Amino acid sequence: MSENKTHISSYGSHLLVLASLIALTIVTVAITSVQLGAFNTTAAMIIASTKAAIVLLYFMHLKFDDKIFRFMVTLVLLIYAVVIIITFFDYLYR
Amino acid sequence: MSGNTSTHRMPSYLEYKGRYRGLAGWLLSTDHKRIALLYLYSQTFFFLAGVVMGIFMKLELIAPGQQLMQASTYNALFTVHGLTMIFLFIIPGLAASFGNFFIPLMIGAKDVAFPKLNLFSWYLFIGGACIILLGMFTGDGPPDTGWTFYAPYSLRTNTNVVLSVLGAFVLGFSSVLTGLNFIVTIHRMRAPGMGFFRMPLFIWAMYGTSWIQLLATPVVGITLVMVIFDRIMGIGFFDPAKGGDPILYQHLFWIYSHPAVYIMILPAMGAITEIVTTFSRRVVFGYKAIAMSSLAIAFVGYLVWGHHMFTSGMSETARLVFSLLTFLVAIPSAIKVFNWSATMYKGSLDLQPPFWWAMAFMFVFMIGGLTGLVLGSVATDVHVHDTMFVVAHFHYIVFGGAGLAFFAALHYWYPKMWGKMYNKRVANIGLLILFIGFNTLYFPMFILGIMGMPRRYYDYLPQFATPNFISTIGSWILGVGLLIVIVNLLRPKKVSQEEIDNPWQGRTLEWKVQSPPSLENFEEIPVVEHGPYDLVK
Repeated sequence: MSENKTHISSYGSHLLVLASLIALTIVTVAITSVQLGAFNTTAAMIIASTKAAIVLLYFMHLKFDDKIFRFMVTLVLLIYAVVIIITFFDYLYR
Repeated sequence: MSGNTSTHRMPSYLEYKGRYRGLAGWLLSTDHKRIALLYLYSQTFFFLAGVVMGIFMKLELIAPGQQLMQASTYNALFTVHGLTMIFLFIIPGLAASFGNFFIPLMIGAKDVAFPKLNLFSWYLFIGGACIILLGMFTGDGPPDTGWTFYAPYSLRTNTNVVLSVLGAFVLGFSSVLTGLNFIVTIHRMRAPGMGFFRMPLFIWAMYGTSWIQLLATPVVGITLVMVIFDRIMGIGFFDPAKGGDPILYQHLFWIYSHPAVYIMILPAMGAITEIVTTFSRRVVFGYKAIAMSSLAIAFVGYLVWGHHMFTSGMSETARLVFSLLTFLVAIPSAIKVFNWSATMYKGSLDLQPPFWWAMAFMFVFMIGGLTGLVLGSVATDVHVHDTMFVVAHFHYIVFGGAGLAFFAALHYWYPKMWGKMYNKRVANIGLLILFIGFNTLYFPMFILGIMGMPRRYYDYLPQFATPNFISTIGSWILGVGLLIVIVNLLRPKKVSQEEIDNPWQGRTLEWKVQSPPSLENFEEIPVVEHGPYDLVK
């Protein structure tokens, strides 16, 4: 386990993450004024997922943690993805 | 296993005098066993309240026409009955009470990983319950939506939906924190030598349950918040007039609420496995198959929610996909039943009350499971959807399955938890009466459903009168059986210490310590040297 190898992130990397999150939030708002049709939702979801990934990897230290935790989080995300895919069997074919 | 047999007795967790005395000693205790009993007593209280509501509902349905109450009162009654039984009794169910009490004992730990969080979870549970109760007596009265809060009706009714939804939301937090606590406990606090495949199967069941609690509950939490936002701010997530989609509500609700059925039934199956193994005097048949089937049920259970929605208007493709996936759940469920049967085969069966409860569970669970196939198949579901058939099916699964297993577990672990023994003869008589009452109450509902009687109506056509009358009689028999069982448990017999330490010759770790256990369970942490059910002298 990770008791003996605590990773301490630098202020610089935290600030970089903060800047990325703010920038992506601005992009989220800006993209609503671009007419992408049905893909507006897709774009918003991609940006939100990127932000979530940054938070998970850097703020929540997943990038520096044991493989088992990365595996477990990935598994949970996969289940979530499967749930979304199955839901879309309804929305795409209704 | 070694190092765990007491040579002298320690003060039990019931006698232990800590920093706080009396009531405060319970309400502020972080001991997992006391918290388990807090859950058990509060759940039993809510269960009995739900039973009384159910008996009144059946009384209203004893004959066609209005008997006791108006339609709106009946609507409120079945809603509150559902809310109480689902959210306050059976979802916390065996997990919160028996899970809390026995996970540390069965894995050789002194407590759960986060004792304070454990107590906080109970306070959230009580807090959520209080909010639901508040919703019944304030505003425009109790909700009339059914426990499912289906949109768009839940957005439009004038009854007090917001408080009930908020209560369920708070209860969800309790469930998530309990699940998290148990996962960490099982991963990090097992005794030396207890690998994952040396854990008792109740622990495997609790492990699967905890993952569902942790991952599925937030979905319903968010959904309920969306209902509150829709009602208060008029956002329109589920309102077609504003571009929303009511079917989305059903998707989100059942993404949680179907796995929630496995939150109820998985710990029940775990307890039944323990009981069947102990009273068969055999090593459990197919240990790994049962362990993996718990995880398989937990996983596949996530993917089948759409079978609640076959008539909702969702796409044909989705209906077929969900129907197929639903049938997959039958496989791990059947693995458990076959393995229980194989464990009993050629065993030296000891016909004690917990074993009879387990047999009653298996009988009604099989009926519930097989009628579930009728509902899992699109072609047959559309005929019986929203009829009394569904009511019968889920009572066979939820009450007959999880409920009877709750009592089976109570009779099995009773001497360990309280250091006393009930009257076994009376326990058997109570079970027999309850079992007859149960089937008299719910089996006619299958027939009513096939005849076409819809659920959730306070009145019905004359052709439905006879099965409804029989069903109401069944509710009284069940009530009498339940009363006998509970009074018997409240009036234990005096027996010798040897008879309560391990009366059933259980082989798992909790039976190696004194009854009731001491505050820290084990004088020294045991070292596990063999499987949980191995017959070792």
